[in-house]
Amino acid sequence: MSTPSDVLVVGASAAGLAVTESLRRKGYRGRITLLGEEAGAPYDRPPLSKQVLAGTWEAERTQLRTRDVLDALDAELVLGERAVALDAATRTVRTGSGAELRAEAVVLATGLHARRLPGLSGAAGVHVLRTLDDAGRLREELLKAERVVVVGDGVLGAEIAATARLMGADVTLAGPQTAPMRAQLGDDVAQLLAALHSEHGVRLRPDSPVDGLETAGGRVTGVRTVGDVRTVTDVRAAVGDRPVGGGEVLRADLVVEAVGGIPATDWLTDSGLVLRDGVVCDSRCRAADGVYAAGDVARFHHEGLGRSLRLENRTNATEQATLVAANILGEDRPYSPVPYFWTDQFGVRIQVYGLPAPTATVRIVEGAVEQGRFVARYVDNEDRPVAVLGWNMPKQARLHSQHLLGRYAPAPRPTSAATPR
Amino acid sequence: MRITVDEEKCCGAGQCVVIAPEVFDQRDEDGIVVLLDAAPAADQHEGARESAGVCPAAAIQLHEDA
Repeated sequence: MSTPSDVLVVGASAAGLAVTESLRRKGYRGRITLLGEEAGAPYDRPPLSKQVLAGTWEAERTQLRTRDVLDALDAELVLGERAVALDAATRTVRTGSGAELRAEAVVLATGLHARRLPGLSGAAGVHVLRTLDDAGRLREELLKAERVVVVGDGVLGAEIAATARLMGADVTLAGPQTAPMRAQLGDDVAQLLAALHSEHGVRLRPDSPVDGLETAGGRVTGVRTVGDVRTVTDVRAAVGDRPVGGGEVLRADLVVEAVGGIPATDWLTDSGLVLRDGVVCDSRCRAADGVYAAGDVARFHHEGLGRSLRLENRTNATEQATLVAANILGEDRPYSPVPYFWTDQFGVRIQVYGLPAPTATVRIVEGAVEQGRFVARYVDNEDRPVAVLGWNMPKQARLHSQHLLGRYAPAPRPTSAATPR
Repeated sequence: MRITVDEEKCCGAGQCVVIAPEVFDQRDEDGIVVLLDAAPAADQHEGARESAGVCPAAAIQLHEDA
């Protein structure tokens, strides 16, 4: 396909901005339109659950680029306008105000919506955290809250619990796993993270999915967990809450739902694209002829792993966007990253390269757990490295992560030049 | 070109070090960016631009006309 004369990027957050910047960096001179649902300039999300919630950063500090840098991109920014439909065959996007935008290449970078639990809706004092506005609202209430329950023990839930605790709130972190972030860290390191939270006074409720709210006068007063008998006994002794239906009630005047995200594909139902927990793409991040996806919303075929994957990581947004820009310009490259994310909790910076299986064997390869700084290597049952984790050792973790490249790189394509004699 | 870095924003991912090792490094103790060359020669400009573009914390600022 020849270079498109114009590109429409739907979604003006990290991935959408990166597609635009990368196209320009590669010398693309065609028209670029960047369409975004939120009214403000593109901003960064990782600080929302940390610096913005804690109040150490003003909201403006999350802006990804200055006005001058955005202007220099020579792209048309259409902000505060939601995409409501796409026709993939004609690459036409309809917006909430009824406008129709058409381009020779369209990039879908609409990210995620916060997932809501059905039993938790409809009461004041229940929050989610996805946007800058969400963070502002949550911070305002956190400053007044006495008992906070964070529902969800993934990355976001653990970060919010840590930030709220540092702000002085009484915080309980409840979720279905045996320890926070077990899915991302594996058993051993998740237990270290649980210990870190406990040391700082976060009450942990592992093995405790939440299935409902307690309210009074339209405002939340607690959440109900589904727990086993052993947990209930412990908890009753610890906090005196009454058990309900085999679980317990965690009293709260503020609840944060952090139970994951749902790819923002509701507007693509009639687009002609294949949707399956995200926009299904090939290994080039192409969903249809001239239609690409990047960031949290994109489910792509990872040639190195031989399966489809959708990554909700900040670096993925940028790396995938960079590759999409290259492919729009005709490079035909597969996207086969080593997944990477970081989190900061209670002054500990954790970085994970690769996909640690929860039960993978973990070996400390640098530093030591007792020193509060280490690099861990996760190996599969054939002793091959599958992931590398740094705990307060960013540079060293990055260097060790080089050993993972072979596992994630796609096999070379059998071309005549590469065929062994 | 002149480069500035925001150490407080830096998340220590080290992508800039991989892309432009003559311009950026990381501190051994906490992984925070070290600017090796604030006014790099022309052959380093492309790497500096890519680093600023992919930095997951938007911690690298370029001043192209400086």
